[in-house]
Amino acid sequence: MDDVTPYIVLSTILFTIGSVGVLTRRNAIVVFMSVELMLNACNLALVAFAKQHGNLDGQVAAFFVMVVAAAEVVVGLAIIMTIFRTRRSASVDDASLLKY
Amino acid sequence: MFLLSEGGASIPVVDPLGADGVFSLLWLVIALPLAGATILLLGGRRTDAWGHWLGTLTAVGSFVLSLVLFVSMLGREEGQRQVVQHLYDWIRVGDLTVSIDLLLDPLSVLFLLLITGVGSLIHVYSIGYMEHDPRRRRFFAYLNLFVAAMLMLVLSENYLGLFLGWEGVGLASYLLIGFWQHKPSAAAAAKKAFVVNRVGDIGLSLGIALFFVTFGSTSFTVISANASGASDGVLTALGLLLLLAACGKSAQVPLQSWLLDAMEGPTPVSALIHAATMVTAGVYLVVRSNFVFELAPHAQTAVVVVATVTLLWGAVIGCAKDDIKKALAGSTMSQIGYMMLAAGLGVYGYAFAIFHLITHGFFKANMFLGAGSVMHGMNDDVDMRRYGALRKAMPVTFLTFAMGYLAIIGFPGFSGFWSKDKIIETALIESPVAGIGALIGAGVTGFYMTRLMLMTFFGEKRWKDDVHPHESPSVMTGPLVVLAALSVLGGLLYLGHWIVDWLSPVVGTAPKHEPPVPAIVITLLVLAVVAAGVATAWLLVGKRPVPVTAPQDVSFATRAARADLYGDTINETLVINPGRHATAGLTRGDRSLVDGLFTGSAGVTAALGAQLRKVQNGFVRSYALSVVGGVVLVLAALLVVNL
Repeated sequence: MDDVTPYIVLSTILFTIGSVGVLTRRNAIVVFMSVELMLNACNLALVAFAKQHGNLDGQVAAFFVMVVAAAEVVVGLAIIMTIFRTRRSASVDDASLLKY
Repeated sequence: MFLLSEGGASIPVVDPLGADGVFSLLWLVIALPLAGATILLLGGRRTDAWGHWLGTLTAVGSFVLSLVLFVSMLGREEGQRQVVQHLYDWIRVGDLTVSIDLLLDPLSVLFLLLITGVGSLIHVYSIGYMEHDPRRRRFFAYLNLFVAAMLMLVLSENYLGLFLGWEGVGLASYLLIGFWQHKPSAAAAAKKAFVVNRVGDIGLSLGIALFFVTFGSTSFTVISANASGASDGVLTALGLLLLLAACGKSAQVPLQSWLLDAMEGPTPVSALIHAATMVTAGVYLVVRSNFVFELAPHAQTAVVVVATVTLLWGAVIGCAKDDIKKALAGSTMSQIGYMMLAAGLGVYGYAFAIFHLITHGFFKANMFLGAGSVMHGMNDDVDMRRYGALRKAMPVTFLTFAMGYLAIIGFPGFSGFWSKDKIIETALIESPVAGIGALIGAGVTGFYMTRLMLMTFFGEKRWKDDVHPHESPSVMTGPLVVLAALSVLGGLLYLGHWIVDWLSPVVGTAPKHEPPVPAIVITLLVLAVVAAGVATAWLLVGKRPVPVTAPQDVSFATRAARADLYGDTINETLVINPGRHATAGLTRGDRSLVDGLFTGSAGVTAALGAQLRKVQNGFVRSYALSVVGGVVLVLAALLVVNL
């Protein structure tokens, strides 16, 4: 049984950095990158726990997350590009028209 | 206290036979004028050219049919003179079955003759009177509608059918009073008549409901057979409700105020509706409901009180009016008071009430039409102060009017003498206080009618030079002559007590009451009082020149009488203003309380929404923060639970 505590600690740090990034940054690209950081922090935790339990379920789940993240990047970047083209800015605070 | 003895009189029960033979045509009496009204109203301008002839024809046809029915009824034995014709079931709901049944009996047949007879004459007269009115066809349609409704009123065998006619009469009178609707005063008068009549209608509709609750039926046959089984309180309530209804329709105090204003209508309307027929509906109702009133002595006392007050009230108003039609209207109110008084005296007076009703129908229609004829010749001026010396300019109108005048003051031999004398005599025996009131009323009648005669037909001419009084065309004077003849000869109905015997199957036979003094003494007393009234009028009006403008420095009594004895002021203070204040108060309460509750709750919701909306600020980051916060909260909760 390996000690996975350092991995979990790292994962938590990464996740916290990611979520702080999402909450504080205005630029959509940076927000997006922060989201990716959070996803990868989760992946790290999944893999670490899989290693601890000695089965492959967590690793398989990490693959799924990667695939979904890739798909999400495609859609998300496309949306950010479109927003940037129409309003010459990638600030998430500017794109608040839907509240009306 | 009034002495209203119940005596030993038995109350007759309505127990009609089925209609056969000529009586099966009874429905046509109503259907003819109704068809006339329908054709004229729906036909529109196409019927303008001959509409008045059709209207007159249906009325005359109805009269001829009534005459045939009357003659066939004369040929029957006394016990077989009540005939009912079942037309159809109108309402059938649960226990309530109301059918349209027509009841022809000695009472309703007399009304039939009066309504259709006088009605036909007034139709004929109107052909001339309304000749230059562009809406003459419509006028005849309304007249026909009125006749049909009045016939329905007197022919119905149950109270609901009577109510149908009652409302129809109210509608027709509204339409006819306001016929010259371009005059605001006429429109207001029509509205006033309608509203005041509605007050009386409340009494009738509540009475009908009470009849149904008590007897399970509104039919005269059922009610008259079971009336004695009802409790005293119910019968008194019924009597008072019917009295309220009668007050509305017959312009009795306190619902009298509409009658004087109703003179805004064309004169034939005043003659037909407000003298000869419609205002008599209340008297008819009381006489017809004798099976209720005979068992409710308190209600009878109320009728006597109302009638005595009204007959003096109307007479006093008649004394001070310079408008010829309003003077006559005051006199109508007073004469209806006499009829109500007789009807309130119970079995002793019912027949005399109907007797006076018929003779009054003759002479009052005669005088109203005569007044119309005078106005026709005087460019529609109604102020008697600008008349004078018209007897030479309008000999026929003068002579016929004089017959009506002699009849109303009760000149010996004329119709009014017989009918009014009997009422005063009966009243003096049965209820001395009311009798003395009626006696005084007779004197006042002599005064105001003489004043009217003197101001209109005698004295110096007071009209302006551009007025050229002329006799009316023969289509107008013809009905006047007929009505004048009837005013003279109407007393023949009492020949050999005919009308009393004729009506006894309906209203009962009065036990013989010996007057304390011989009847001839009472008659002489009445004549003396009337003569005093006439002499006073001669001294005050006939011997002195009449000022063309009404003098203003007059006594309080004259001012009060000119203002209809402040009837409108009383209504305003007691009913209209409190009603207005109550309405204003209720509106205020509605606005502040009811509306406040609704707008308040809506406001609270809106304010809550405005606060909640601030959460939805559109910033993705703040949404993300709530998501994170939520996750942290859930995790914390899980930790707390698990530890």
